[in-house]
Amino acid sequence: MEGSLLTLAWVAIVGFAVFMYVLMDGFDLGIGILYPFAPSEEARDVMMNSVAPVWDFNETWLILGGAGLFAAFPIAYAVVLPAMYLPLLVMLIALIFRGVAFEFRFKARSSRHLWNKAFFLGSLLATFAQGVVLGSFIQGIEVEGRNFAGTMLDWLTPFSLFCGVALIAGYALLGSTWLIWRTIGILQDWCFRVARRLLIVVLVLVAAVSLWTPFLDASIAARWFSVPNILLLSPVPLMVGFLAFGLWRALDEGREVLPFAFAMGLFALSYLGLAISLWPVLIPPGITVWQAAAPPETQVFLLIGMAFLIPTILIYTAYSYWVFRGKVTGAIGYH
Amino acid sequence: MELDPLLLSRIQFAFVISFHILFPSFTVGLACWIAVLEARWLITGKALYRSLSEFWTRIFAISFGMGVVSGIVMTYQFGTNWSRWSDIVGNVLGPLIQYEVVTAFFLEAAFLGILLFGRDRVPRGIHFMAAVLVATGTVLSSFWILSANSWMHTPAGAELRDGRFFVTDWWAVVFNPSFPYRLAHMLTAMFLTTGFVVAGISAYYLLRNRFLEHARVGLSMSLALITILAPLQIFLGDLHGLNTLEHQPAKIAAMEGHWEGGARAPLILFAIPDNEAEANHAEIAIPALSSLILTHEWDGVVPGLKNFPVEDRPNPEILFWTFRIMVAIGMIMLTVALIHLVQRVRGKLYSPHWFHKLLVGCMPLGFIAILAGWFTTEIGRQPWVVYGMIRTADAVTPALTGGAVLTSLIVFMMVYAIIYGAGTYYLFRLLTIGPSRLNDEDLEIPAVAQGHQPKRPLSVPGESIEPAE
Repeated sequence: MEGSLLTLAWVAIVGFAVFMYVLMDGFDLGIGILYPFAPSEEARDVMMNSVAPVWDFNETWLILGGAGLFAAFPIAYAVVLPAMYLPLLVMLIALIFRGVAFEFRFKARSSRHLWNKAFFLGSLLATFAQGVVLGSFIQGIEVEGRNFAGTMLDWLTPFSLFCGVALIAGYALLGSTWLIWRTIGILQDWCFRVARRLLIVVLVLVAAVSLWTPFLDASIAARWFSVPNILLLSPVPLMVGFLAFGLWRALDEGREVLPFAFAMGLFALSYLGLAISLWPVLIPPGITVWQAAAPPETQVFLLIGMAFLIPTILIYTAYSYWVFRGKVTGAIGYH
Repeated sequence: MELDPLLLSRIQFAFVISFHILFPSFTVGLACWIAVLEARWLITGKALYRSLSEFWTRIFAISFGMGVVSGIVMTYQFGTNWSRWSDIVGNVLGPLIQYEVVTAFFLEAAFLGILLFGRDRVPRGIHFMAAVLVATGTVLSSFWILSANSWMHTPAGAELRDGRFFVTDWWAVVFNPSFPYRLAHMLTAMFLTTGFVVAGISAYYLLRNRFLEHARVGLSMSLALITILAPLQIFLGDLHGLNTLEHQPAKIAAMEGHWEGGARAPLILFAIPDNEAEANHAEIAIPALSSLILTHEWDGVVPGLKNFPVEDRPNPEILFWTFRIMVAIGMIMLTVALIHLVQRVRGKLYSPHWFHKLLVGCMPLGFIAILAGWFTTEIGRQPWVVYGMIRTADAVTPALTGGAVLTSLIVFMMVYAIIYGAGTYYLFRLLTIGPSRLNDEDLEIPAVAQGHQPKRPLSVPGESIEPAE
C-alpha cells in the first residue's frame, strides 16, 4: 500500500506540472495566436511585453512535466515520446522560433516583421502540435514489451488533428482573457469582443471532442455512461455549463479579472474530464500508472526534494508575478 | 539506400548538444560576473558598475534565451531517439534531471525576469538577490547535469536487474567517481570561457578607443580571473585525466594514441592514428614522457588500445586530435595569463595594442576548448552509453526509422542555422553599440518608483540598439 500511495503522489505531481504548463504557457501561446490580428503594432508591443518577464518561466513547466515523466514513470517517457516523434519535432521547432522572437523582435529593424511572423507561427504550430499529441495520446499507443511498436505516422488521425484545432481555440481564449486582465483601452476592448467569439468556438469544439472520445474506446464510454457513473460524473459537464455562462456574463459586464479565472476553470474541468476518462491508465490503451511507476527508492528520493521545492517554486512564482502586477501600457521598451 | 537510425540519432544528438553547450558555457560564468557587478554597484553606488551590469545582462538575456530553447530540445531528445536508454536508466538519472529542473531551471527563469525587467520595481537589495539567484541557478544546473553525465561514465550505486538499473545508494549515484573531477573541470572551463569573452570585448573597446572606463574594469577583472583559473585548470585537467585512467583506460589509450601501451610510453605530439593498421602514421614523440604524465613515474605502465577487444575501443582517429586541441588551448590560456602578469607589473595593462589584439583573437578559445573536451570525453566513452554496461547501439529507440531521424536532423540543422545566425548577429550588434552611458547624477532619481500605478518599468537610457529612424 505504501508503494501505491507514493505512486499516487507522483501522479499528482506530474499531473500538476502538466496542468500548470497548459495554463501558464497556454495564455502566452494564446497571445501569440492572437498576435497578428491585434488592432495595432503598439498593441502587439503591449501583448508581447505582458508576458516577456514570465514566458521562459512558463515554459519551464513543460520541462518539469517531461522530466517528471522520465523520473517517475520512465516507461511512459520511453513509449510516448517515440510515438510522437514528428509532432514533438514540430512543437520543439515552433517553440524555438517563438522563444527567440521575444528577444530578437525588439532588437530587429528591417527584419521585425519576420520575427512577428515567427512569433505567431511558432505559437500557432506549437499549440497545434500539443493538441495533436494530446489527441493521439487519447486514442492510444501501440506497445510491445516496454517499447513503442507502432509506426512514425500512427499519430496522424482526424481525431488528433481535430484536437490540435481545438487547443488553438482554447489557448487563444486563455490569451484573450489574460489580456483583458492586464491591458486597457483599444486592445482590451478588442479582447472583450474576441473572447466572446472564442468562447462559443471553444464550447463547440470541447463538446465535439468530449462526444468523440467515448467512441474511440469502449471503456471510456463505460466510464461515463454506465449507471451510476453517469449521475456521479454529471457535475463535470454541468460545471462546464456553469463556468461558460459565468464567463459570458463576466465579459458582458466588462469584468477584468473574472474572465481569466473562468477560462482557467474551463481548462481545469476539461483536464479533469480527461483524467476521469483515462484513470488509472497512464498510456492508453493498456499501461496503468501502477505498472509504469518507478521503483519506491526512486520515488522516495525525489519526493523528499519535491515536498519543499515545489511549494518554494510556487512562492517565488507568485512573487515574480506580483512584482510585474498591474496594467501593461504604452510604448515601453523591452529591456 | 538504408538509413541507419542509430548513426543518424548519434549525429543528431551530437549536433543539438554541441549547439546547446555553447550557451551554458558562456552564461554560467556570465551570471556570476553580473552578480559580482551588481554587488559592486550595491556597495559603491558607482553608476559605472550598474551600466556595465546592464550591458552584460542584455547579452546574457539573448544567450540565455537561446540556451533555454535549445535545452528543451535536449530533454525531449532523450525520449524520442533514445527510448531504450530512458527506460534502462530512468530510475537513476530521471531524478537527477528532475532535480535540475526544480532546483535550477525555475530559479533561473523566475529571477531572470526580475533581473531583466524589475530594477525599478523592486528594492536594490532584492534586485541584487535576483542576480545572485540566477547565478546560483546556473551553477546548480551544472551540478545536476554533470552528475547525471558522470554517472554514465562511472556508474555507481545502482545494480542492473532485468535489463534496468535500480538504485542501491543515492549518495554513490550522485557523487559517482568521476563527478567531482568533471564538475571542477567544467565549471572552471565555463568561467574561463566567459573570462576570455569579457576580456576580448573589453580589449576591443580599448582598441576602438570607446567606453574606456567600462573596458578597463572589464579587462582588469577578467584577466585577474583568467590568471588564477588558467593554471588551476591545467592542474584539474591532470587530475581528471588520472581519474579517467583509473576508470576508463581505453579512452586514455585513444587520447594518447597508444596502441601497445606498456612501460616508458612516449608522449606523442603528432600522429595520424589508423584503426585499420592499428598503428600511427607520421608519429613525432618524446620518449617516456606519457608514462611520466599519466603515472608520475618514468617506468609507469600505461594502457594501449590493443589491450582491449576491437569492439570495445573508442575511436583514436578523432580522440587523439580533439584532446590535443583542448590541451593546446589550455596552454595558450596559460600564456595569456603570464603575459598579463608581466603587463600588469610593468603597469602597461591598458596601452599595448598587440596584447589587446591578441585578446580579441582569443575570444572563441574557451568555446572551442569546451567542445573539444566534450568530444573527447563522450566519443571516448563509446561504444558504451553506460560505461562497460550498456552499449550505445542498445539505447536507441527500436521503432525509429532512418527517414524520421533524417527529417528531424535536417530540420534541426536548418533551424539552428537561422536562429544562431540571427542570434550571433544581434549579439554582435549589441557589442558594437556597447554599454549605455550612465552618469552618477542620473541616478539621483529615486531608484524605486514602484507602487500600484499601472506602469511597466521604464527602460534604461540608450537601451534601444536601433539607431533612431
